[in-house]
Amino acid sequence: MEGLGTRLDFGGEASTLDPLGVLWLEAEATLVVADLHLEKGSAFARRGTLLPPYDTARTLRRLGWAIERYRPRTVVSLGDAFHDRAGAAGLAAEDRRELTALAKGRTWLWIRGNHDPDPPAGLAGESLAALDLGGLHLLHLPDGKVDGRAVIAGHLHPKARLVQGARKATRPCFAADSDLLVLPAFGAYTGGLNVLDPAIKGLFRSGFAAYMLGESRVFRVAHQHLDPDPPDWRRHRLDGR
Amino acid sequence: MTDVLLPEPFPSWFENRGWQARPHQLAMLEAAAGGIDTLLIAPTGGGKTLAGFLPSLIDLARDPAPGLHTLYVSPLKALTTDIARNLAMPIEEMALPVSFAVRTGDTPANRRRRQRTHPPHILLTTPESLALLLSYEDAKAYFAGLRCVVLDELHSIAESKRGALLALGMARLRGLAPEARFVGLSATVADPRQLLRFLTPRSERSQIVEADPGADPSIEIELPDGRMPWSGHIALYAAESVYARIQAVRTALVFVNTRAQAELFFAALWRVNDANLAIALHHGSLAVDQRRKVEAAMAKGALRAVVCTSSLDLGIDWGDVDLVVQVGAPKGSSRLLQRIGRANHRLDEASRAVLVPANRFEVLECQAALDAVRAGTLDGAPQLIPALDVLAQHITGVACSGPFEGDTLYAEVRLAQPYADLSRADFDAVLDFVATGGYALGQYERYRRLERGTDGFFRLTDKRLVRGYRMNIGTIVEAPVMRVKLGRGRSLGEIEEYFVSMLTPGDTFLFAGRLLAFEGIRNNEVIASPAKKAGEPKIPAYAGGRLPLSSHLADRVRDILAHPEAWHALPEPVREWLDIQRRRSRLPATGELLVESFWRGGRHYLVAYSFVGRNAHQTLGMLLTRRLERMGARPLGFVASDYCIATWSLGECPDVEALFDVDMLGDDLETWTAESSMLKRIFRNCAVVAGLIERRQPGQEKSGRQVTFNADLIYDVLRKYEPDHVLLRAARMEAAASLTDVRRLADFLTSVEGRIRHQKLERISPFAVSIIATIGREFVAGGESDETLDELTASLVAEAMADPVTGEVLA
Repeated sequence: MEGLGTRLDFGGEASTLDPLGVLWLEAEATLVVADLHLEKGSAFARRGTLLPPYDTARTLRRLGWAIERYRPRTVVSLGDAFHDRAGAAGLAAEDRRELTALAKGRTWLWIRGNHDPDPPAGLAGESLAALDLGGLHLLHLPDGKVDGRAVIAGHLHPKARLVQGARKATRPCFAADSDLLVLPAFGAYTGGLNVLDPAIKGLFRSGFAAYMLGESRVFRVAHQHLDPDPPDWRRHRLDGR
Repeated sequence: MTDVLLPEPFPSWFENRGWQARPHQLAMLEAAAGGIDTLLIAPTGGGKTLAGFLPSLIDLARDPAPGLHTLYVSPLKALTTDIARNLAMPIEEMALPVSFAVRTGDTPANRRRRQRTHPPHILLTTPESLALLLSYEDAKAYFAGLRCVVLDELHSIAESKRGALLALGMARLRGLAPEARFVGLSATVADPRQLLRFLTPRSERSQIVEADPGADPSIEIELPDGRMPWSGHIALYAAESVYARIQAVRTALVFVNTRAQAELFFAALWRVNDANLAIALHHGSLAVDQRRKVEAAMAKGALRAVVCTSSLDLGIDWGDVDLVVQVGAPKGSSRLLQRIGRANHRLDEASRAVLVPANRFEVLECQAALDAVRAGTLDGAPQLIPALDVLAQHITGVACSGPFEGDTLYAEVRLAQPYADLSRADFDAVLDFVATGGYALGQYERYRRLERGTDGFFRLTDKRLVRGYRMNIGTIVEAPVMRVKLGRGRSLGEIEEYFVSMLTPGDTFLFAGRLLAFEGIRNNEVIASPAKKAGEPKIPAYAGGRLPLSSHLADRVRDILAHPEAWHALPEPVREWLDIQRRRSRLPATGELLVESFWRGGRHYLVAYSFVGRNAHQTLGMLLTRRLERMGARPLGFVASDYCIATWSLGECPDVEALFDVDMLGDDLETWTAESSMLKRIFRNCAVVAGLIERRQPGQEKSGRQVTFNADLIYDVLRKYEPDHVLLRAARMEAAASLTDVRRLADFLTSVEGRIRHQKLERISPFAVSIIATIGREFVAGGESDETLDELTASLVAEAMADPVTGEVLA
């Protein structure tokens, strides 16, 4: 494999963190991707907000690049593959064809997320709550349980921020220590949460690092060098909401 | 003649008041009788409003049949209230059977309902409220009998994106009320013909009436004794002398350029207010009732001075104002003239004004403004663009009011001056955007909001659109703000969320003329208490507060520099400053660009004196740093003022001529624009105005940042998959128009091609001090006080002015 991503030995498995935002597990020939949120645009359109309908095509095209790059035997979608329950049924014919073509000749596993608790209607692949793979435990929402296996999760949409004088950069990122690896959200319409937010930071027992996604490289930054989002006025609430 | 135009009881009323109908008032009556659309150009105090209403009052006195007769539209809510008060006077005194009412966003719902079922003869409103009225299903019946539309302060609104919204509303009115006559009221403008075209599409049966401009104003420049600041724009040094001026007159209006400056200067005046004069504060972020109180006190003559921003640029005549003080350079001659007009209570008497420059460059600018007013030259108005996002909002409004035909609406829209040349393809694209989102492959057919019937009419199919539209009317997308409350008591006004996020409980800040301590947030409101401890308070800053120097004044400033023989008009310290600049470096001659370079503290500085205004210099700064990067000079930053741009880098620029080559405005600018946060920001606003993304409502939890984020994702996806989508085109068009400053820059760079005068200096020049001193403080927008600034500049000044031979400090 050409050296695009950053190598990481995680849970005893040789893995690659790819700048597209996917995880490659070499020994298992498995590609892991989190939070595709397909059909988010049409979910909004149903409610009257006619966002550009290209998010699914965009997300699938980028996923296609990743599949072409690694030619995985297995693809694992780590939950929230669809933005809502209606998503899979509402796929445009072209997008459905694209997705079917991507899955052809490989095992496709849909791990269920909070946005898509049901198996995706009419699509190839198997639907699971979680997956054990070698020394790894893969699921959507990290539940904090430690049974000796290192955990790979999604759900949190981590991003990291760096400030140096007037230069600022905010990027989606992987967040990892030795026990937990959280994947960035992959979907075109997904936002992010700063890894220094307690909701993410609190998942790691001590030092963790962010692996920020660059154009063609991944940048590892230790958590103590990261910057929080600009302060939020809500932190001084007197009414405890 | 007069008695035909002015029937009883009007002549007696004029007589009782000791007035005489003015020529322009009679001209307006004549125009009305002939059904002619008229633009009236008159100074404040010229009886402009009465001239606008008089024909309607006469008409209604003759025939007070029920129904809406006259619609008055003003750019400011406050102005509608003032005008209502003024209108009450003739109606009551002549006991005319005429009803009138105010309708703005502040009008309570029950009164709005009554206004719709029982329309007054005269309705006073704003462009946004007019748009709302036009979107009701009964709009056709409501406006059918309308005879006259009066548009006040037309010059101020025709310059902004709101002008496009108003123009579309006017076009709609022309369709609904073919009988209506359109009247525009305006201050003096550079090009009255352009404004007339905005008022009416008719070339026949339209005219301009110009009132007697009155006596020439008397303007002075106030200069401090001794020292003159090098930089800064607050001019706190002048508080005492301005106070002395206030003491010497009955009532003064003290204009400043930003809200932060208003707070600081107000506080400074009160520090020296030994006589406890009634000095008040007025700016756009203060609570409405607070502003009304100040305006009412002003009208009664109970105040000695008001420190204010453009919030009081427009408005009715206050009679007693006998001095206008402009603190900080006026940035444009039209705006200065408008402000001076606020003291113009008697036409035959000269208005009195004092200009208070905040620094040395501003002395030149004040002199330029004074020359301009004396010569009667004004700033040109920007050309309005056919904003496609505003059109989308308008079409949505039309759809809310009922079924419509594409052809008819297209013809009607083109009656609005900014849209006169709108192509059918563009119109259809916007219509499709409203109906289905306008995406190329029609993916959202099933979510269609407008349906075209077999009769060819478009009908609304999704009623959610109506609610969305009514919540989103308007073209101004503001930074999210929060209300400030004093304890559990009254509201003082609003400050930006961004500023709140920088506060920690216990922090003090200056707002509404008070020193406040931040306690916390309750019910999404900022809770503050009077601060006990003094110390260094923070000052809320507001986005987009500062206007750039107009190109007209910039030309005049350049002209002053190029003609030392005219310097005798300038004060001594400024002359000396120019003189040392001439000896140490050079003064930019006509037709050349002066660029200075020098090393200082391990950094290489470049300062270019292009005088094209702050906005253009910001763009130039981005382009220069890109280019310096490519040249290997390792740039670190830049800072822009109205007068010049400074960059600093670790290495020296190898070729200054090439650096300023005009071709950077081609390729470099295009690349930069496509990637720039400016285009994203404009896209975000277009998406809100067009109704793709909802405007944040007060109290709604969704934060401004969230909207920001979503819009950027939409922008990225749309740019890849449908780069010609109507919203991207709207954003690009607006970006191009807001780059008029860049066109100014392009013109200038072209004109100085081959005449770039590079001065390599041993050390910083007197001119450069003014800009270098602001480095590092640019982010505390408006927050710095001149004192700290002076400290900072002291070392620079000593360095620049020290005589190299004796080491003596000259200034």
